Amino acid sequence: MVTESDIEHIAELADIGISKDEVPEFTTQFNAILDYFEVLDTVQGESAPADGITNVFREDEPRPCLPQEAALVNAGSTENGFIKAPRVM
Amino acid sequence: MAGTLNFSPDDRYNAFITTCREAPFCDGALAGTAVAVKDNISTAGIRTTCASRILESYVPPYDAHVVGLLREKGAAIVGKTNMDEFGMGTTTETSAFGPVRNPVDPSRVPGGSSGGSAAAVAAGFVPMALGTDTGGSIRCPAAFCGIVGLKPTYGRVSRYGLIAYANSLEQIGPMARTVEDVSRLMSVIARYDPHDSTMLDRPYDHRPSADIAGLRVGVPEEYFGEGVDPRVAETVRDAIGVLEGLGADTVPVSIPGMRHALAAYYVICTSEASSNLARFDGVRYGPAVDTKKTWHEAYQDLRQAKFGTEVRRRIMLGTFALSAGYAGRYYAKAQVARRNIKEDFERAFRDADVIAGPTMPTVAFRLGEKTDPLSMYLSDILTVPANLAGVPAISVPCGRVDGLPVGLQLMGRQFEDERVVDAAFAYEQEVRR
Repeated sequence: MVTESDIEHIAELADIGISKDEVPEFTTQFNAILDYFEVLDTVQGESAPADGITNVFREDEPRPCLPQEAALVNAGSTENGFIKAPRVM
Repeated sequence: MAGTLNFSPDDRYNAFITTCREAPFCDGALAGTAVAVKDNISTAGIRTTCASRILESYVPPYDAHVVGLLREKGAAIVGKTNMDEFGMGTTTETSAFGPVRNPVDPSRVPGGSSGGSAAAVAAGFVPMALGTDTGGSIRCPAAFCGIVGLKPTYGRVSRYGLIAYANSLEQIGPMARTVEDVSRLMSVIARYDPHDSTMLDRPYDHRPSADIAGLRVGVPEEYFGEGVDPRVAETVRDAIGVLEGLGADTVPVSIPGMRHALAAYYVICTSEASSNLARFDGVRYGPAVDTKKTWHEAYQDLRQAKFGTEVRRRIMLGTFALSAGYAGRYYAKAQVARRNIKEDFERAFRDADVIAGPTMPTVAFRLGEKTDPLSMYLSDILTVPANLAGVPAISVPCGRVDGLPVGLQLMGRQFEDERVVDAAFAYEQEVRR
């Protein structure tokens, strides 16, 4: 069971804005879905590493990549060849 | 032969988000063939929206690997097709660009999430299209619109340039009116790409063969049980009878892990989505974020305004399933369930060469019929197992119920895409005669 304040907290963690009037519906839908997920409590077996699968690595060497102008072209806000972001502090 | 294809369909089904009125093409195996591309696959110079307001004006600076291959082989990319926002839906109703209508019956949904690609093919606007399939998003709309769609083996087609939703599940795949065209398109796109480290170098070079004498067709009871419309089940059993008539043998098989499949799928896909969609912050692409606000405030305001409700719901579900105190109960359990299902398939494929069942439990829904998210999720029950197991699966039209198309789903062993194509081809050739 999740409560309305849990939903507000999850939205905060996910950086998804949520309005007051959306909270009750999201809570009801979440609880219906989580009730359904309870079937996972009956899963038998332990997690084990997958066989036959290996990581794919490469040497950390510079390779051709997008030119700076192309990488910046979709950014909403740029300054001196950099992407501008909101302040963190 | 090279040139320009003029393309201006009367798009009464809202199948396209963007159309290219003059599509250039070069010489090659697909020279001058109009191909539509789902709008979550990057096309250099052609806007790619994922049917979301957050990418409304995003123009990729590079082509997805599959798009490069299409262009090289002479395909004319004539447009980008409508879809559920970020692929999150089973009806193509969650698109920010409005729902797609099913060409067979415009009061019905085309299925989703590749509903625009399916509708464009079914309406005859294009002979073939690319879709993507995370939990059934190629096969469901193929079934609902009465066309053919293949979800390739995981690792057979490059995902480079596919805007990620759930990386461990999704594949790009071909959709067309005939099995032969699906196979032709597959042979263009299934080419090794070192940019996708989950890919194996197993190119697809195959011409479909209708000789299926001696093929062992597994029939899992779980695909014909509760929740499946009995008339759909009957139609599919008749189709399996046609395969028997062609010399195939049926064997009963079982996928007991099916009871966990849907929950495991939704835990895994929402978890991966919550991580993947964190990149949409209005900084590197998308509408400009207000840089005067604090990071979290700016981020939350933008994502509330630009993401649709289903996308926000899935990001929140995934965030919850991965959060401290719950990850063991949800995410870790889902991974165990996933491995169990993969082992169920491996066991079944000792007795059977392909596994047959319905693609969808019902025919196409009415527009607006599925309002509750859980009831929409439940309709994916027969398609998600192939994604969890990473096996190839094709949907081929096999009759009608209430005048609406039903799809026969054929699943195969990993990297035996050729075999499911042959089985579908044999069926299609027999019933078309």
